[in-house]
Amino acid sequence: MWSLGKRKTSFMNEMASSAAVTEANPAASVNYLNYDKSIKSWLLTVDHKRIALMYLVTVALAFLAGGILALLVRIELLTPGKTIMDVQTYNQVFSLHGIIMVFAFIIPSIPAILGNFVMPIQIGAKDVAFPRINLLSYYVYVVGIIIVLLAMLFGRVDTGWTFYTPYSESIGTPILFVTTGVFVAGFASILTGLNFIVTIHKMRAPGMTWNRLPLFVWAIYATSIVQVLATPVIGITMVLLFLERVLSIGIFDPALGGDPVLFQHFFWFYSHPAVYIMILPAFGVMSELMATFSRRAVMGYKFVALSSVAIAFLGFLVWGHHMFVSGQSATSSIIFSLITYLIGIPTGIKVINWVGTMYKGSVWIQTPMLYALSFLFLFSIGGFTGIMLGVLGVDIHLHDTYFVVAHFHYVMMGGTVIAALGGIHYWWPKMTGKMYNETLGRIACGLIFVGFNMTFFTQFILGSQGMPRRYYDYLPRFEHLHQLSTVGSWVLALGLFLVAGYLLFSLKRGKNAPANPWKAVTLEWTNTTPIPHPHNFTSAPVVTRGPYDFHLAPEVFGYTGDGAVADAVPTNDAPATQA
Amino acid sequence: MGENGTFWLPEGASTLSPEFDSLFYFVVIVSTLIFLGVVGGMLYFSFVYRRRNEAEMPEPVHDNKLIEMASVVIPTVLSLIVFTWGFKMYVKMYVAPPDSYQVHVRAQQWSWEFDYPNGTKSIGELHVPEGRPVRLIMNSKDVIHSFFVPAFRVKMDVLPNRYTSVWFNATKTGEFDIFCAEYCGTAHSKMLGKVVVQSESDFTNWLASSQKGSQTPVEHGQTLFTQMTCNACHTIDGSPLVGPSFKGLFGHEVKLADGSTITADENYIRESILQPGAKVVNGYSPIMPATYSTMASEDVDALIAYIKTLK
Repeated sequence: MWSLGKRKTSFMNEMASSAAVTEANPAASVNYLNYDKSIKSWLLTVDHKRIALMYLVTVALAFLAGGILALLVRIELLTPGKTIMDVQTYNQVFSLHGIIMVFAFIIPSIPAILGNFVMPIQIGAKDVAFPRINLLSYYVYVVGIIIVLLAMLFGRVDTGWTFYTPYSESIGTPILFVTTGVFVAGFASILTGLNFIVTIHKMRAPGMTWNRLPLFVWAIYATSIVQVLATPVIGITMVLLFLERVLSIGIFDPALGGDPVLFQHFFWFYSHPAVYIMILPAFGVMSELMATFSRRAVMGYKFVALSSVAIAFLGFLVWGHHMFVSGQSATSSIIFSLITYLIGIPTGIKVINWVGTMYKGSVWIQTPMLYALSFLFLFSIGGFTGIMLGVLGVDIHLHDTYFVVAHFHYVMMGGTVIAALGGIHYWWPKMTGKMYNETLGRIACGLIFVGFNMTFFTQFILGSQGMPRRYYDYLPRFEHLHQLSTVGSWVLALGLFLVAGYLLFSLKRGKNAPANPWKAVTLEWTNTTPIPHPHNFTSAPVVTRGPYDFHLAPEVFGYTGDGAVADAVPTNDAPATQA
Repeated sequence: MGENGTFWLPEGASTLSPEFDSLFYFVVIVSTLIFLGVVGGMLYFSFVYRRRNEAEMPEPVHDNKLIEMASVVIPTVLSLIVFTWGFKMYVKMYVAPPDSYQVHVRAQQWSWEFDYPNGTKSIGELHVPEGRPVRLIMNSKDVIHSFFVPAFRVKMDVLPNRYTSVWFNATKTGEFDIFCAEYCGTAHSKMLGKVVVQSESDFTNWLASSQKGSQTPVEHGQTLFTQMTCNACHTIDGSPLVGPSFKGLFGHEVKLADGSTITADENYIRESILQPGAKVVNGYSPIMPATYSTMASEDVDALIAYIKTLK
């Protein structure tokens, strides 16, 4: 029962008592997974946790589809000329790969799954501010993606995910469906962003000040602002494209008096902030992982929190760096290049602070931490190559080559996907009540890391050597690097399938997870596993410490807060129950 | 890769490619060093501070203002250095030397056509003399393409509604790949070409002996000037008629009816033919007919070439 008036005098007593009540037989307690198992209770749920799991299933399917398309692209590129498909099919396959991965997979990924599941609990709330709108977001997303898929399957969409005019207007009716689908799916992003902003402002538990928010929440907050402000622009752009086709008004089409480069401005005005929608939540997950697995607060908390907001803001000012060779003026290019460097600064601050978090910490290598360390390696490469692309003279040579393809895969896959995998492994016990096999976790992470570098580092070299992107056929001298890249994609795929395999297996046969296997101290770890039903806490938590104050968390570490270890040494299986 | 290329870059064959390569390697090396610092620090800390027993409790963090400031100041300084260098190089790459040899490039799905000042045309192969700056004035007949020569480190999108340009000065004879670098449909990856750099004498011979149109672009433009009745409203001797005179027009400032000034470059003249109401010259009425809005791009190019000669 939700009772806002109750205040507990002692946080420790509160947590100890709820732990004692349910710890005796965690699997049997009424939790959000088992209280009602009917299909209707899932499809019509307004529980943020169930919505998060529905997103997890759908987004994972999107990732599978996009991934298979990627494997097909790479197989075709094993040899110059035709390998397994003709050129028209190939052009559609790479376009569909991009469209699915951007709109159906990565934009929702961390916010819709982990943001939905974890954020309300981390701030001590019982749900998001608008639970029904949350469910609506999910269905709007599904409908939008279905419309896009139908367009792709019944028509020839080969424009790439960027739909540049005038080519995109020459392909006929399918573009109308794709634009409609993207327009609809965009509302899911806007509604979720709105929901999260209101939740974070209005539903924080007593004592949860802005300075005590976990950095994941700061990241979700910054992301939500971008989602709300930027997504309408792509929506309007899609509407304009639609109207131009249907009403023959000249906006982008030069034959009607329009300007094709205008489309690029509109498109990138959203799509650049969109990449910050993709990476900011990943930064948030990174902060949580680095703190928990170093058992130390993230260094420079204020800097890391505010850098998320700075990146969100500056992200709106750099869209022209995608257009250095588009024919835009030299003055514009110079300004965009300068501001692009400024975004590198807050990003660098985060990376330095994460590494510094480990200094004099207690570093525990588990699968989520392996993903966090992989992120530092892979995202740094992605970030530096982004800076390289921002150098005006250099971008002229590298633009529209495989160098750009490698760069964005390093930041989106080596960054966001790796962080998402780390987050899913981290919160898996809390979400499902099960533990996965740690050995398989490490092997899969290793396969993914090696396979990823094999696939994409070779593409940096292909690009700087002059291999353009979106090419079906290529000159023979590029063949060996392409083959190396394709073999890498098989190793990468193997690792990812292994992850899916052991995670699914854990649902059936995994060990039951304890309430706090990682000894973390943010609020989501203070209640039972899986989380109780109907609300996330038996009563409103009162927050009296910072999100990473391990030394002030006696309920987890079994001592009185001055650093001394009490009698019961905490192990992985039984959380400490004495106050 | 290639006979004289390095691990990262293909053989460079233009006056600006050495400078590009230096900047490229500088950024690669600085990035690699910082990267090794980050990853090295991460691996070192993971090992030295590994958890030795379950009950370990590290001391709480104390914020270190020095590190925070350093992580702001040092990247900012490095960024500004790299930005300034890149910006200076970009300006050199963007502004063609004044006496460049001008070739018109027409891109279409899926081939490149080249028009030379003497009336020669070639398809797929761009012949240029070694050691002279060459400026390409480019236009597309359909969708956006992009003209890319890795060996010269140049690239520029080619648009259907206006001209873009790129310049280079080739320093070696030989053949160098041209790629289309903006997805343009089915045969995008087959829209290839070659830049054939020849010595001055070989180039002159080639120009003389290869396929020509019956007129040079300038002659064609002069024919069109009367054929299309431009001369009804525009003179070539400087006297104003219904419309402004073309004498001395190209490359000079024009004052427009709304008070602004603009330099009369290729795009200005092209726009004035195809969309006469867009930029009306100060002191004239906006009465140029719209009949020229469908003029073929070859004819527009020819008129511009002719107008350039009216000094």
